[in-house]
Amino acid sequence: MSQQQHLQQVSTPATGSLLAEVTGVSHAFDKLKALNGVDLQVKAGQVLAILGPNGAGKTTLINMLLGIYTPDAGQIHLFGQTPGDLSVRQRIGVMLQQAELAETLKVRELIRQFATYYQNPLSQQQLLQMAGLEDKADTRYGKLSGGEKRRVQFAIALAGEPDILFLDEPTTGLDVQARRSLWANIKNYAERGAGIILTTHYLEEADALADQIMVLDHGRIVAAGTPSQIKQRVSLKQVHCRTGIPVEQLHLHPLIEKVEVEKHASHSDDKLTQCTLLTHQAEGLLRDLLQTDSDLTDLQVTGAGLEEAFLALTENNPTTDNREQAA
Amino acid sequence: MSSLSLSHAWKIHLQETWSEWLKLTRMPMFVLPTLLFPWMFYLFFGVMFGRGAGNAEYLMVSYGTFGVIGPALFGFGVGVASDRQQGLLQLKRVLPMPMSAYFIAKIGISLMFSIVILLGLATIAVLFGGVRLGLTQWISLFAILLVGTLPFCAMGVFIGIRSNAQSAPAVINLLYLPMAFLSGLWIPIFILPAILQKIAVIFPAYHLAQLAFSVLDKHQGQSLMGHLLVLLLFTAVFLMLAGFGWRALRDR
Repeated sequence: MSQQQHLQQVSTPATGSLLAEVTGVSHAFDKLKALNGVDLQVKAGQVLAILGPNGAGKTTLINMLLGIYTPDAGQIHLFGQTPGDLSVRQRIGVMLQQAELAETLKVRELIRQFATYYQNPLSQQQLLQMAGLEDKADTRYGKLSGGEKRRVQFAIALAGEPDILFLDEPTTGLDVQARRSLWANIKNYAERGAGIILTTHYLEEADALADQIMVLDHGRIVAAGTPSQIKQRVSLKQVHCRTGIPVEQLHLHPLIEKVEVEKHASHSDDKLTQCTLLTHQAEGLLRDLLQTDSDLTDLQVTGAGLEEAFLALTENNPTTDNREQAA
Repeated sequence: MSSLSLSHAWKIHLQETWSEWLKLTRMPMFVLPTLLFPWMFYLFFGVMFGRGAGNAEYLMVSYGTFGVIGPALFGFGVGVASDRQQGLLQLKRVLPMPMSAYFIAKIGISLMFSIVILLGLATIAVLFGGVRLGLTQWISLFAILLVGTLPFCAMGVFIGIRSNAQSAPAVINLLYLPMAFLSGLWIPIFILPAILQKIAVIFPAYHLAQLAFSVLDKHQGQSLMGHLLVLLLFTAVFLMLAGFGWRALRDR
């Protein structure tokens, strides 16, 4: 019996088995809704990115998965058990958004300290290597750069060879190079078949690491899907204009996903329709509109006015520019 | 279930204590004042400007009391405040570390520093102050002062939960230094004005000092059981307050 339990703990869960499940979780702090009807599932071998602006509820959700808070409503299970149980904690690794380690301890000493907590920790050498810290093993934590500190926190998160790895904004505040190199380490661990749940406010990061993205805004899931599905939604552009083309014709246009009419053409004073067109191919649509409609005026192209979350997340992302102007 | 085996729990407690020891002994801002203040004060007032072995003996006990309170208050107060602020406490809470290891480590370190302080004072007392005590007296003195740090550990946790890392040292000094003076740890209590002698009973440091003086039979003559009860009560109250604060931290 005890041997069987032992085996269960050591073996990596079979690919596809359900590791984390959140159903209908809502929570409020001082009557302020922090989470509202959130569902999620993470299976072995899956990387889920929870994407959203600051204050969206990402950290609250992570803290609930870790058992720090109990939700007002809904269910959370890790490995079918309650978060926070010791046996659950033995199987997870955690990198919190704000957790500074002791400045006067050396990297090697910190890794040893945290590895002790686990029943079957990875070796110090393995951890140093997996986090790319071999040449920093004898450096004090306080003397490391921001990126290196994150790597130590990452090494500690891996110490117990976790079945679920939680990474709360793992690269916030890092420069591009440090971010990319940490991504590589995260990807390497993902390949071992664990489940990873990470939060980020960079679409680029979610795209680089995750196979499922969940967009959270004001505590609600506003979009969920694969990175390509999410990117497609973000790539949606709004074309605002006043046009002489009849609305029925706009509806039939192959490049237009949706037509929102703000002001209909009237026969008396204004022969133009004021409208917003949603498209994935703004350039092609503009070319077409300008060619067919000589009356076209007040033209403006902006990023898709989907949920505020999308705007916020793309605004925060230095590599995507969601606002282009055309005249 | 995979509850913690005894040997693994032991390993974690030991490792946590060792890490805490390494961490603190590499902080001169903690080590130097904690060790040097009681030693220096004692050397100046107990030995150099003292008047004979009786005085050296008395002040060894009072500066010993002063000394052991320091690491308890600062180790816990500043330690808990900064661990909390840095998010380290939160991290440890979600990792498979039993929370007892966190406290045992800090108590262990506070005791280790206290032992170093007392050994230093005893060395100065024997070599330069001409102090001679019997073995039982030495052992009782050390035992009383070491166990006597526990109320101050409890007080430290409470301060650590209530204040942030920047303000904790100031808060502690504001409590520690006046309390030490008014409890007769710097200047013998019987030299203080009568009114201050009466007020002294409100301070736990006074009661600990009186228990320690009883080893030399130099206490003020109040009931020893009374001193012990006050210290126990004090510990219980601060543990309770700290417990409330701790739970509030968790539920926030």
